[in-house]
Amino acid sequence: MERHPLNLTVNGKPYAVETEFRKTLADTLREDCGLTGTHVGCEHGVCGACTVVVEGKAVRSCLMFAHQAEGMEIETVESLEKEGELHVLQEAFAEHHALQCGFCTPGFLMLVKGAVERGEELSDAELRHLLSSNLCRCTGYQNIIRAVRAAIDTFKEKASAVPEAAR
Amino acid sequence: MRNEKATFGQSVRRVEDRALLTGKGRYLDDLQPPGCLSVAFARSPYAHASFTTIDKDAALAMPGVIAVMSHADLAPHLRNDRLVVGLPSAAITLKVDRPVLAIDEVVHVGEPVALVIAENRAAAEDAAEALDIDYEPLDVVSDCRAALEPDSPTVHQSHDHNCLASFGFSFGDVDQAFADAAHIVRRSFDVHRGAAMSLEGRGVLAVPPDLDGVLSVWSSTQTPQALKTQLCQMLGLDPLGIKVRTPDLGGGFGPKLVTYPEEIATTAAALKIGRPLKWVEDRREHFVATAQERDQLWDMEMALEADGRIRGLRGALIHDHGAYTARGLNIPYGSAVTVPLPYNINAYKLDVQVVLTNKVPVAPLRGAGQPQAAFVMERMLDAAAETIGMDRSEIRALNLVRADQMPCVKPLKLRGGTNITLDSGDYPATQALALDKAGWQEFPARQKAALAEGRYLGIGLANYVEGTGRGPYETVSVEVQRTGRILVTTGAAAMGQGTETMLAQIVAEQLGGDMANITVRTGDTTGSLGFGGFNSRQTVVAGASAHQAACTVREKLLAVAADLLEADAADLEIVDNTVALKGVRGRHLPFADLAGAALGLPGFKLPGIKQPGLLSSDQVVIDDMTYSNGTAVAEVEVDPRTGQVCLLNFVLAHDCGRMVNPKLVDGQILGGIAHGIGNALYEQMVFDEDGQPLTTTLADYLLVSAAEMPQIHIVHTESPSPLNALGVKGVGESGVIPTAPAIASAVENALAPFGVSITSAPLSPQTVRRAVRQAGGAA
Ligand code: FES
Ligand code: FES
Repeated sequence: MERHPLNLTVNGKPYAVETEFRKTLADTLREDCGLTGTHVGCEHGVCGACTVVVEGKAVRSCLMFAHQAEGMEIETVESLEKEGELHVLQEAFAEHHALQCGFCTPGFLMLVKGAVERGEELSDAELRHLLSSNLCRCTGYQNIIRAVRAAIDTFKEKASAVPEAAR
Repeated sequence: MRNEKATFGQSVRRVEDRALLTGKGRYLDDLQPPGCLSVAFARSPYAHASFTTIDKDAALAMPGVIAVMSHADLAPHLRNDRLVVGLPSAAITLKVDRPVLAIDEVVHVGEPVALVIAENRAAAEDAAEALDIDYEPLDVVSDCRAALEPDSPTVHQSHDHNCLASFGFSFGDVDQAFADAAHIVRRSFDVHRGAAMSLEGRGVLAVPPDLDGVLSVWSSTQTPQALKTQLCQMLGLDPLGIKVRTPDLGGGFGPKLVTYPEEIATTAAALKIGRPLKWVEDRREHFVATAQERDQLWDMEMALEADGRIRGLRGALIHDHGAYTARGLNIPYGSAVTVPLPYNINAYKLDVQVVLTNKVPVAPLRGAGQPQAAFVMERMLDAAAETIGMDRSEIRALNLVRADQMPCVKPLKLRGGTNITLDSGDYPATQALALDKAGWQEFPARQKAALAEGRYLGIGLANYVEGTGRGPYETVSVEVQRTGRILVTTGAAAMGQGTETMLAQIVAEQLGGDMANITVRTGDTTGSLGFGGFNSRQTVVAGASAHQAACTVREKLLAVAADLLEADAADLEIVDNTVALKGVRGRHLPFADLAGAALGLPGFKLPGIKQPGLLSSDQVVIDDMTYSNGTAVAEVEVDPRTGQVCLLNFVLAHDCGRMVNPKLVDGQILGGIAHGIGNALYEQMVFDEDGQPLTTTLADYLLVSAAEMPQIHIVHTESPSPLNALGVKGVGESGVIPTAPAIASAVENALAPFGVSITSAPLSPQTVRRAVRQAGGAA
């Protein structure tokens, strides 16, 4: 199978790789970019373990070919920790025991990152609806729900603590 | 046992989390050694067929394909064609060990037939599809009851029947119990459990011998020791010539405790071609080739006194074993002994038949037969309560084993021959807590009000006793290293439950409380004798060894410091990774210095200790199992017109002895309940009459998502186990056991106006609708 050159931008960094047209974004991130934080749980678009953010939107990277993502901004779980400091979402997941085996975790983090950073006011039903995009076999979700709620609150607090001029 | 800074019993954060949250976890598929090739398996598309030839030519001509191997190619490298992994049992009459690759007959869809090696997985899969195999389809056994008919086709051509084993349990005078009973209740049950569905499938990486001549095998397994033993036996290897390790596991839940043909075949092939090989299971393979739990058919009778006391219980169980033995008789055995455990029952008789079918082998799934047993016992009690006209909670309170009976010896034996002894707990009190939290007393008012609006609410309950801490032991070594860091090494295997955190907490409790100064290595197969992770055992058996090793290291640490500080050990304490003279500022020695001194100097006496080093390796042997218990209460709303069940509230009051980390206990329970809700309402492996699995994607086989989870309330009580120094019991399977029966009880209660009887799980909308229709419900 023929490989074709491809330029990807992941977490702000350029990656020049060569892949077959049929290779998914998930496999390309993992195998060609060395970013193994994105996991593959089903390869058919149901579990959400492979969720990454493309152009600001949560996307199942097992349902997208890498070549389709050329020229787009891609964010993976590896982008969340900044200079050794965990993202509020990561902190909240650790604090509320929202992960066990951790295999689904990168997908959940990338799924809800947007809602957290926008400080969205989600009702319980809306939050459950959002989280129902992804599957977790270990936690029973209750602690994930708690963690995301806590992260939204912390993010809002932090944002309002920043002095007006610095915003 | 309280020391300077408590970690035991605290809801501390997990030591595992940082790596997993930042994308730095190392799961099997993340390991990519240079020159590694990919493996795909060609699998049987038939539930039963014979074949003679595998034409590889087209596959070998495809781009990127390196090799194709069948049984004939691997056989010269194997000591045995078949993988013998079943636990021994005298009751087994047929030998059904699975071949590493199919030899001339395939007996379930998904059975591996050939192994394809290529530069990448996609190329390997393309080539596997291009293999030409001359399958001749044979008659299929797809139903475990029909499999017992005298004229049934057979699962294996070489056998003339399908009954792998018949055995039974019996105590007390059962006939007498039924002879003059005031009430006799009869029910038949069809209890299905599906597949494990860990989010990460299985996988294996084999790297041929390095400079030291050591073969490295990595596997996403719960039992690395068993895998190492099998690889040594099957490939004729010296244990010193192979290292078996586990990376981070993306869940286990039972099936990963089995040693699988793919692990042997991939390793044999890597040795044969001298290149690193990796096989990673995809989701479809997980559905067709990883062990699952599936069907049990029960016919039961219960005899009761007029006041609701149980006189006796008898019946028969047919258990679907699948096509091969992947583990043994432990699931039906576990089901059979679990049925009467929570209650005082003087007479019990159960006949068990373990039956082969042309389906993927059955092996333990979270709960391992106990959820089915609880389903049967709790449904029988509901039926009895209805017959007698008692409240469902009262008939249970009347029959539950009481606190004053503890320890309570049951006339039943564990598979190793020791008697089952319920070691501690107050079962009636736990039930009362659950009822209280769930508002059981006030429910009839809620139900009535809803009914007036045309809504059908129901409440149900179920008790359970979970056998945990399967012995005999697990090794744990604790060492204060020359750097001052504490290293804990164990054969206990982690699969996401927080095993490292649990061990670090137990060790830190004795050694100053700084968990950040502790490294835990799980799944060790070089120095640690042991078994790995299953049966909710690790906190109990590895925890006991960790506690003992840490206590010994503490003594040594203090002895060395006492010698160097010229003080009495009793006057010393551990503070910030140093040993200090109590109340005297500045008189302390860091762990690193003490560890250095403990190694000794040529010509000098060891400081205060008889053996060098600050280490201890322990295997605390615990033969008896320790029993956790609890009560679940579910509240549901059922729509009789659509059969839809909506969970409104769920309570679990439980007792798992002393808790090492309450937050982690909650996590285990919540995950177990989610799995139990799946077993109650959604998860079903469907096969057609040709043995073809019809649910092989996550769009067909439904896992519970956040949207289906009700509010869950957990009530903890702690009755320490007398069987280990820490008083702990296991909890990994607690949540899953009572969940389906509690929900079934609630659904039956909601549909009481229609007279519906719930006798199966899962309760799909179709099942509920059918039950309403059969009961003559007008809705
Ligand atoms: S791996 Fe992409 S949705 Fe499951
Ligand atoms: S933490 Fe294991 S699947 Fe979610």
